[in-house]
Amino acid sequence: MTNGWCDIANADVVLVMGGNPAENHPVGFRFVMEAKRKRKAKLICVDPRFNRTAAVSDSYVPLRSGTDIAFLGGLIHYAIANDLCHMDYVRAHTNAAFLLQEGFAFNEGHFSGWSDEKKSYDKSTWQYELDGAGYAKVDATLENPRCVFQQMKRHYARYTPEKVAEICGCTAEDFKKAAAVICSTGRAGKVGTILYALGWTHHSHSVQLIHTAAMVQLLLGNIGLPGGGVNAQRGHANIQGSTDMGSWNMLPGYLRLPRANWQSFDDYIKATTPKPLRPDSMNYWANTPKFAASLLKSYYGPAARPENGFGYGWLPKLGETENQSWGFIFDRMHRKEMHGFISFGMNPVANGPNTEKMLEALARLDWLVVVENFETETAAFWNARQLGEKFYPKYVDPKAIQTEVILLPAACFAEKDGSFVNSSRWLQWKRAAVPPPGLAKPDHEIMARIFLAVRALYEKEGGKGMESLMAMQWNYAQPLAPSLEEVAREVNGRDVATGAQVPGFAALQADGSTSCGNWIYSGSWTEAGNQMARRGQEDPTGLGLFPNYAWSWPANRRILYNRASNDANGKPWSESHAAIRWNGAKWTGDTPDYKADADPHTFGAFIMLPEGVAKFYTTELAEGPFPEHYEPMESPVKNALHPNASANPCAPVMSSSADAMGTPDKYPYVAITYRLTEHFHYWTKHVASGAELQSNFFVELPEALANEKGIKGGDLVRVSSARGTVEGPAMVTQRMRALTVGGKTVYHVGIPIHWGFVGRVRGPLVNNLTPSAFDPNSGTPEYKGFLVNVEKL
Amino acid sequence: MMPPVNRRQFLQAGAAVTATAFGFRLEAASAAAKELKIARTNQVQSVCPYCAVGCGVVIHTSGERVKNARPTVVHIEGDPDSPINRGTLCSKGISLKEFVVNDRRLTKPRYRAAGAAEWSDISWDEAIQKIARRIKDTRDRDFQATDLQGRVVNRLDTVGLIGGCTDTNEINYLLGKFRFGLGIIPYENQARL
Amino acid sequence: MAVTTVAKLVDTSLCIGCKACEVACQEWNDQEFTLGVFNNTYQTQPDLSPSFWNLIKFNEHVDDGVNSWLMAKYQCMHCADAGCIKACPAPGAIVQLPNGIVDFKQDNCIGCGYCITGCPFDVPRLSPTSKKVYKCSLCSDRVGAGMTPACIRTCPTNCLTFGSRTDLVQLASIRTAELKEDGFMDAGVYDGPGVGGTNVLYVLKHASEPEKYGLPKDPRIPWTVSLWKGPLKWVANAAFLGTALGAMLHYLKFGPQERHDDDTD
Repeated sequence: MTNGWCDIANADVVLVMGGNPAENHPVGFRFVMEAKRKRKAKLICVDPRFNRTAAVSDSYVPLRSGTDIAFLGGLIHYAIANDLCHMDYVRAHTNAAFLLQEGFAFNEGHFSGWSDEKKSYDKSTWQYELDGAGYAKVDATLENPRCVFQQMKRHYARYTPEKVAEICGCTAEDFKKAAAVICSTGRAGKVGTILYALGWTHHSHSVQLIHTAAMVQLLLGNIGLPGGGVNAQRGHANIQGSTDMGSWNMLPGYLRLPRANWQSFDDYIKATTPKPLRPDSMNYWANTPKFAASLLKSYYGPAARPENGFGYGWLPKLGETENQSWGFIFDRMHRKEMHGFISFGMNPVANGPNTEKMLEALARLDWLVVVENFETETAAFWNARQLGEKFYPKYVDPKAIQTEVILLPAACFAEKDGSFVNSSRWLQWKRAAVPPPGLAKPDHEIMARIFLAVRALYEKEGGKGMESLMAMQWNYAQPLAPSLEEVAREVNGRDVATGAQVPGFAALQADGSTSCGNWIYSGSWTEAGNQMARRGQEDPTGLGLFPNYAWSWPANRRILYNRASNDANGKPWSESHAAIRWNGAKWTGDTPDYKADADPHTFGAFIMLPEGVAKFYTTELAEGPFPEHYEPMESPVKNALHPNASANPCAPVMSSSADAMGTPDKYPYVAITYRLTEHFHYWTKHVASGAELQSNFFVELPEALANEKGIKGGDLVRVSSARGTVEGPAMVTQRMRALTVGGKTVYHVGIPIHWGFVGRVRGPLVNNLTPSAFDPNSGTPEYKGFLVNVEKL
Repeated sequence: MMPPVNRRQFLQAGAAVTATAFGFRLEAASAAAKELKIARTNQVQSVCPYCAVGCGVVIHTSGERVKNARPTVVHIEGDPDSPINRGTLCSKGISLKEFVVNDRRLTKPRYRAAGAAEWSDISWDEAIQKIARRIKDTRDRDFQATDLQGRVVNRLDTVGLIGGCTDTNEINYLLGKFRFGLGIIPYENQARL
Repeated sequence: MAVTTVAKLVDTSLCIGCKACEVACQEWNDQEFTLGVFNNTYQTQPDLSPSFWNLIKFNEHVDDGVNSWLMAKYQCMHCADAGCIKACPAPGAIVQLPNGIVDFKQDNCIGCGYCITGCPFDVPRLSPTSKKVYKCSLCSDRVGAGMTPACIRTCPTNCLTFGSRTDLVQLASIRTAELKEDGFMDAGVYDGPGVGGTNVLYVLKHASEPEKYGLPKDPRIPWTVSLWKGPLKWVANAAFLGTALGAMLHYLKFGPQERHDDDTD
């Protein structure tokens, strides 16, 4: 989230789209209800289903899954065409005035630079026009036809309300009514927020979708203000934290994982440290060398020295263009290119797309280690045919599966301490309440035991890659079970010479004199102690910031980009929505997203970006600098804007023997998958209360479709895709409507997740149906908006 | 390390929402109280492990002072001091006790040999040794110190590692050290999905 | 000092159907969790049961093509003039605490089920195994210890509020006025005048149609029950008459075919 849960209560308009917080974040949703009750805020819900959020919304607009960019692009057009943009904000805080090079173009669904052969873009025509000093040229009048604002206006001129209706399946009237409310925040004194979740990320164009949402909020002047922002609700207790700590291509703190072509630390710094694009850009990432050197000091200790690039050579390197995100990992496993696999508390058989492929892939491993609270589908994958006989008829007998599996019992949340990061970016420290059951152990102890046992084998026998293995510092007081408090202090960072905790990332140095395990968490455990365990109830601004409760990254800042809640001169856009204030000497209120004592005119408001301002237009994404509506990879219709470039041209689709894509002649209905409030993911099927509240897997069908097929509520139905099938009772409902899309009737089929072949309650895994199609930027699978057929059994 | 809230404060805080709002003391409304099931518990502050709202919870435990018994969770409620949830919880959070104290919890290491149709028991030591052996053998076979162009890459791409969405930051940080020590490239977490 | 009458306010305009109150009730009262049968709705189960005292009813409507999904909590109403108490022949089985809570004391319950007949809201449930009747106690144990009832404590959206009845009546009228400002001209308070007022109050957007929420339009104690403890109160102690009247109540409720299985003693 740019903002936070408590902050939603400051909103005048709440757009919920691509999420269903009343069901999936009920406690966070209380702030929406508070905004409604106390501020008379308007809640707009845009979703394929009339869900529990829609039930308490002021207006509900149905929309075909996978067409959100069309809807949001329509909002951009509506705001510009009706003069509802917050133009002073746009001028002060965005790249609207930046000039693009000659040669940038968009035709028939492709931007300039497209290569049909490579299926990717040469981005050279997407760049800004630079002056002699390397800064982007701007036109403050916003009238130059090559400026971002004019290009944006032209790009979205096609997204008329009628076109939106044609693509999304809502009516132009419903769209306009919602647009009028949303765009009512495009002026000082009114603020709107957007809440989204996996309904936006589960598409083959998900990152561009969220880009579009950010553009809408920038046009309306809603970023950086209390009650504003673009707010990802996030679905797991520490999913934000696990993102912060790195992934296949990331080190902690959003530092990039080295690539093979960056052989030295200097190469790395040169390649990953951005240069400012405007003279007044603070370009905070210029500090990358400090953060990277401090991380390597934390990893390699005294062995990390300036002379050896702080041990940079020991880190593993990715190939120049290598992608090892989820879909690629399991595709490689399916091709027998992986031999071993370790899962700490994840359940890929249930979570990953195309279950059959996941099962086949795991069966091709030599060994698998699963560390879990409960036995899961992943741990028991070799027994899938027996446990889930109906759905895996082709799946092999356990005897034919040569994968060795070790399942280790892990402590649960209540049995270990440590910190979680919630979607507000608050790090909250929790304490252990009870010991784990039986012989179960905390994950860090299990991990430490394995790591040190591997090292012991190398010490005894020697072997490959010993140097990098032994170089990693593991000098904890109890190496086999490191105290998480000790680790938290290491993560915060210290002065190497004195051993004192650093007060925050501003103290980090590039010369090896400081260590820090994750620069964005620096400040969480200072000399003053554990900031994450703070319990202060004060709220001096009255905005729900609670600066002394827990600790928020970065720097205990509660609202990101808060400098933008003021105009260029440092005057709040409105008194009611000032996150920070300039008192002539320093900024007060929230921790400023700015230099604390810098005059308002010193830098652009968006200090993390080389532009110094927020970006409508970005060259960072694969499929274009402006978001464009593309159909899902499986769609019942052709793209109404450019039928010959219907789906995202850059989206990866896997092509193993287990992969297949369906067409609307065989699979005419649009399937969506989702959570129910009664369950949490694939966990609560093990829990008695969850089992009571929703005991049964079911399939939601629109009444009109059910009537066509002679299906009544409770009748058993089979849903099939090109990948697999699920069977269960039909829930026939009027909460899902037939939509008219380009003159054609389109039905959704709704399928809740939560069941599987292991649990107190069991049912089919919904991912039997889902495709191995992914967003090209995030690598997230397209779990929503794929094609299925429905039969009565 | 234990209880930062005492029971009195907790009970008061639980009632405060209405008592202060309406200006009467609940004690005045009380009568014929049954024995309260959390009257003699210890309380520990924690955070709900489900979604990312990050509700504060208070875990009530008992058995700390009983000889030869392990403390156990008897009740879990919302933490009234959390500005996020102010003592409230959703249907999943309010039944967290059922998650923690659950006969389906794994309590011992289990092993499934290649081609076996059933789990068998394995000791921790044996399990750890077996895993370490598998990792070392695979790594010794597949570790790449340099790539085809002779560039130093120090990587292992045939062993995958996933996890982290409900592990703490500290565990995830350690998982990073584990990963980079071994040189593992295929590393993902729930955030991708 | 007089004991304050406590009450619960259910502001249905703020209910999101999250079912936290259902589970809080189950959890606090150590009820056994059971598995449900699929019945084409999100509602946990069709009705209350001896081990399920608090149910969110998912009332679904489509009017003029517009969907509505009205969630309403369904549990004991803790009536001022409680039909169950009127109907109960077993001394001390049903008590009204000084704070207004209507509490069942299972130790004294004889399992006759007359309270079920007496309840205009169809709340008490007879357990076929223990032969006792059960329902929401408004967490009399928690309230006695100065805590709010479990359902109210956990409710995330402020749909549920606990407090003195006087204060909640006032709050309900404030909320009604707010809803009217928001354009819900039919908003109002549901307070069961036919039973002397209920200590569970509802704010409804569509107050003239409580049936839309699964609430009875005009709840009244059956005349037979009123007769029992009303004008005929003097005969209530006479066991033989009690049995006769009990049989009459039972007849009225179950009809002539029903065998007197569970109240032969």
